[in-house]
Amino acid sequence: MDELIQYGPDLAVGFLNNIKLSLVIAVFSLIVGTVLAAMRVSPTPVLRAAGTAYVNVVRNTPLTLVLAFCYLGLSDTLGLIFSTEDPLMNSFWLAVLGMSAYTAAFVCEALRSGINTVPLGQAEAARAIGLTFSQSITLVIFPQAFRAVIAPLGSVLIAMIKNTTVVAAAGYTVESSNTMRTIFDTTGTSIPIFLGIVVSFLILILPIGWYTGRLARKLAVAR
Amino acid sequence: MSSSVLFDTPGPRGRVRNHLITGISALVLLAALAWVLLKFNEKGQFDGKIWAPFTTQVVWVDFILPGLVGTLTAAALGAVFALLFGAVFGIARLSDHRWIRIPAAWIVELFRAIPLLLLIFFIWFLSPDLFGGGDYALFAIVLGLTLYNGSVLAEVVRAGINSIPKGQSEAAYAVGLRKGGVMRLILLPQGLTVMMPAVVSQLVVLLKDTALGYFIVYVDLLNMGFKTLPSVYPGTKLVSAIVIGVIYIIMAMALSAFATWLEKRSRRSRKTTAKPIEPPGAVAGLPSGQPTPDGAVVA
Repeated sequence: MDELIQYGPDLAVGFLNNIKLSLVIAVFSLIVGTVLAAMRVSPTPVLRAAGTAYVNVVRNTPLTLVLAFCYLGLSDTLGLIFSTEDPLMNSFWLAVLGMSAYTAAFVCEALRSGINTVPLGQAEAARAIGLTFSQSITLVIFPQAFRAVIAPLGSVLIAMIKNTTVVAAAGYTVESSNTMRTIFDTTGTSIPIFLGIVVSFLILILPIGWYTGRLARKLAVAR
Repeated sequence: MSSSVLFDTPGPRGRVRNHLITGISALVLLAALAWVLLKFNEKGQFDGKIWAPFTTQVVWVDFILPGLVGTLTAAALGAVFALLFGAVFGIARLSDHRWIRIPAAWIVELFRAIPLLLLIFFIWFLSPDLFGGGDYALFAIVLGLTLYNGSVLAEVVRAGINSIPKGQSEAAYAVGLRKGGVMRLILLPQGLTVMMPAVVSQLVVLLKDTALGYFIVYVDLLNMGFKTLPSVYPGTKLVSAIVIGVIYIIMAMALSAFATWLEKRSRRSRKTTAKPIEPPGAVAGLPSGQPTPDGAVVA
């Protein structure tokens, strides 16, 4: 227990960095994922193909490789640098870049599936009663699609939060898992420290799962 | 596009507009591609001498193949143990006995929620303290993958068995089978057909997660291809990332394709009337057999 108290401040800083990363990545991956989903459902074959190719490539690559590629490939080799004076800041944004690119593929699939759950008859009925394209989208399709994506988006969000422990591959070493590793390296393995970090993640993650699950059930479209 | 929920079949004006958008988006995408290629060229990434090592036998035999063997070893061991773990805990969660059901549920829920890398680090650091010195990299990865993916698979097993129509087990009890017999002869054979696609999807996640061995210097494809190889052939970082990335993608896509095939077969199957279940964290309305967001926890 003593180690947990002694290293508490370090661990808190690490965990706060995980939360900070999660917030920034959530915003970017939602934006990019929405654009990708729009591409994949568009009537334009070129955009559909590009979206599909992106999603298939990124989704089948290990996240560790994506992050290491951003760090050693994009930054070191191609010279993509976000901050010259602060290497940690640079790594932070590289981690955001890599994880947003990775998470966006899953966000895209969640959103697209939401649209796919709306039965074709709904759209046909909307057209039949004379609704325009934008009316049928905003009044009939999106309200139904939105309800179907709450639970899957919750899962994507949870997976992303857990994945922020991998960002040391992008050189961002001041987050929970790497902090734990450094402490274990210096003072030896400590079960309380591990449990402390696990409990913090549980506190962060479980409510999201419960809440999105409850919301999804409450708003579910009865068909 | 007549089958789309979003768009009606376009008329003459709509067709012209679609062609216009197609043209513009093609140009934009080509411009983006050209910009990337120019950047690559600017930094000399198309130099023959950077790519040359990948045409030599020594790079493949000494670096990439041993790495690939390491990755596949971890994935195969992880898959076997995770399947065992999943089967045991999935059935335990369906037990009639509260003292089996509740602890099993706690274990499954806990290991699904722990970030996998934390778990692997912990096992890796704790093992020498418990079992004495030695190399525990493979052990840590396999145990981590087993506990995490096994927990996810336990949910798949539970969902698979729950999806079998109730009449099946009622009929089995009616003809005089006992609990064990109902599970072994009636529910599991039908459940297997239903859960196979989701199981293979989870194995894709498992295969991708073996790359976490990068952090604990396990000799896998990522370490050999991305750390060791560029240190022997300087300047090949980006290129080797692309090469091993392609290898990972091919492996994962082959497994995904297998899952999709299984799902089609399972839908046609006359063994059971139950529909294939969704992989955990996957979404309704899409064909399964695709990688799911790893670590999804749905309450």
